Amino acid sequence: MLRSLWEYRFFVLTSIWNDFYMRFVRSKLGGAWLILHPLSQVMIYAFILSNLLASRIPGISGTYGYAIYLMAGLLGWNLFSEVLDRCMKVFVKNANIIKKMSFPRITLPIIEIGSALLNNMMLLAVMVVIFFLLGHGIDWSILSVLLMAPVVALLAAGIGITLGVLNVFIRDVEQVMPIVLQLLFWFTPIVYPAGGIPEQYLAWLRLSPVFQIVTAYHEAIVYHRFPSFSALAVLFVLALAACAFSLFLFRRANADMVDVL
Amino acid sequence: MSVLRAEGISKSFRAHRSEWHRILSWFLPARRFRHEKQILHDIDFQVGAGEAVGIVGQNGAGKSTLLKILAGTMQPTSGKVHVDGRVAALLELGMGFNPDMTGRANALNTAGLMGFSRAQAEAAIPGIEDFAEIGDYFDQPIRIYSSGMQVRLAFAVATAFRPEILIVDEALSVGDAYFQHKSFDRIRQFRAAGTTLLLVSHDRAAIVSLCDRAILIDKGTIRMDGHPESVLDLYNAIIAEKEGYMVSQTVGEDGRARTTSGTGEAAIDKVVLLDDAGAETDILKVGAQVTLRVDVRLLRPVPGLVVGYMIKDRLGQPVFGTNTYHLGKPLKALEAGEKLSFRFTFDVNLGEGSYSLAVALHEGDTHLGRNYCWQDLALTFTVVNTDQSRFVGISWAPPELELVR
Repeated sequence: MLRSLWEYRFFVLTSIWNDFYMRFVRSKLGGAWLILHPLSQVMIYAFILSNLLASRIPGISGTYGYAIYLMAGLLGWNLFSEVLDRCMKVFVKNANIIKKMSFPRITLPIIEIGSALLNNMMLLAVMVVIFFLLGHGIDWSILSVLLMAPVVALLAAGIGITLGVLNVFIRDVEQVMPIVLQLLFWFTPIVYPAGGIPEQYLAWLRLSPVFQIVTAYHEAIVYHRFPSFSALAVLFVLALAACAFSLFLFRRANADMVDVL
Repeated sequence: MSVLRAEGISKSFRAHRSEWHRILSWFLPARRFRHEKQILHDIDFQVGAGEAVGIVGQNGAGKSTLLKILAGTMQPTSGKVHVDGRVAALLELGMGFNPDMTGRANALNTAGLMGFSRAQAEAAIPGIEDFAEIGDYFDQPIRIYSSGMQVRLAFAVATAFRPEILIVDEALSVGDAYFQHKSFDRIRQFRAAGTTLLLVSHDRAAIVSLCDRAILIDKGTIRMDGHPESVLDLYNAIIAEKEGYMVSQTVGEDGRARTTSGTGEAAIDKVVLLDDAGAETDILKVGAQVTLRVDVRLLRPVPGLVVGYMIKDRLGQPVFGTNTYHLGKPLKALEAGEKLSFRFTFDVNLGEGSYSLAVALHEGDTHLGRNYCWQDLALTFTVVNTDQSRFVGISWAPPELELVR
């Protein structure tokens, strides 16, 4: 499988590039959307939550503390949810070429993961600029984001491909997942500080890998600390397990998939 | 040497009690499923290097499923496909094209999808640009292309690299007449260079002119595998097959299968060609007079009877056909047991070559109404030129020459 991926590297790379290029080519503001999208999201949350609910983020001072906290969390969350969403829809979306052309199908989710990672790196670059403008310094610890991103993508891909295979046969998956993701989003301290969660629930919420991801992003970006190695190691093992399972499922379902698509 | 071998291919689509049962079936062996719809039964055939094989069959006969299995996108339920070399399938042109990207970017991406590296894809680009003949549009987004331009580009990309096996599914009827010629030419060049061709089409002319063998798929099995013309005759008979229709085939002395079909109220006893001396013949001289005799026997009473014949050339293309309705002698209300003999006398205004003759007995002015009996390849004959001036072509239209200088 790895060898066929290598043989099709040109296809994978041009597809990622096309996907990236496409997002700008037909919109008037072009590349500016890359900044405007996350910025608007941050501004909405910042406006509602910091003014109306008067949220306070412990351990960070300054007027823009909350916005920075939000951006750090969203960077991690966006990567996770984008990879998951893309992988879940990839087989149905490409039904036509899957049915009519013979090529390694594993390239399809790889393209989606690559595109999502590229988007996320662009977002990171934009955020670094915004942090600079807001007067929030960055540190070497931000480099750990580069290490975490592949792990997050791997975990999300493992879950996403599994759901993607199921989605070919049971299309409800695609409908249910936005609700599940919505729940997951609000059960993760992204727009609110983890400190606000009552003790008895905190232990449970911590079990969620997304909780760990977002916390690690907070550590690296907001608090300038390298995230705990053990938490990352656990995430990595979890990601490998999810990927292994999803590939196993994918191989088993491969023959059936073309019949149904 | 066969480059493509299908060994006992069967394909069935399984319906499970629910999709959850299907998902369970990936993990547990031999789960029960509710019912199975078998599309292909035990398909066996081989195609040699450089051979061109036409595949015909009615809609739903299983052609597309077979092609997908041969192209490698679909797995057979049982059986195996052996392939030597690269298979390119023109199953549907222009899929995977991204409307917002330029023709060039799409060509590169599609070449990648076909498994080629950057260097190979870039090397093929000038050839693709040349062949598609879309000019400056090549660097414009596909969404502003006309559908004809899209198809030209798609065909150019799909055939930019010569495959060992080319599978073409009705994709040839693309673009204008000029481009159709061009695409046919390219396929012929591939063949000349040794590419094996599998062509699925309803177009008789395409199959007869490109293929040296044809396979008829009917209800998921190979009904016939042989000379394209004989296969197409049987295919046409099957299309016309309705309730009460009988289709039978006998193999003639020349080894080609003769197809007879019809509802059976009337039968053709004998079809012969008689020369001007009244002797049976199958070698006709250009310009000579000849008589076609068709003996008919009625097995059941019929409201009307029209006898028609059609002369076809070596490729099965119609050369001339008419019937007793158009000749002003339709018959009405005939009794069972009656015997009739029809004689059509005409001049052999045909070019040199071999021809076949089909005969039909039907009720109305065309065979589309009630068709009692239809016989393809009822006889074959050869036209020779012994006493006329030399000429080429399929018809004999001798001119008077007048020279002015």
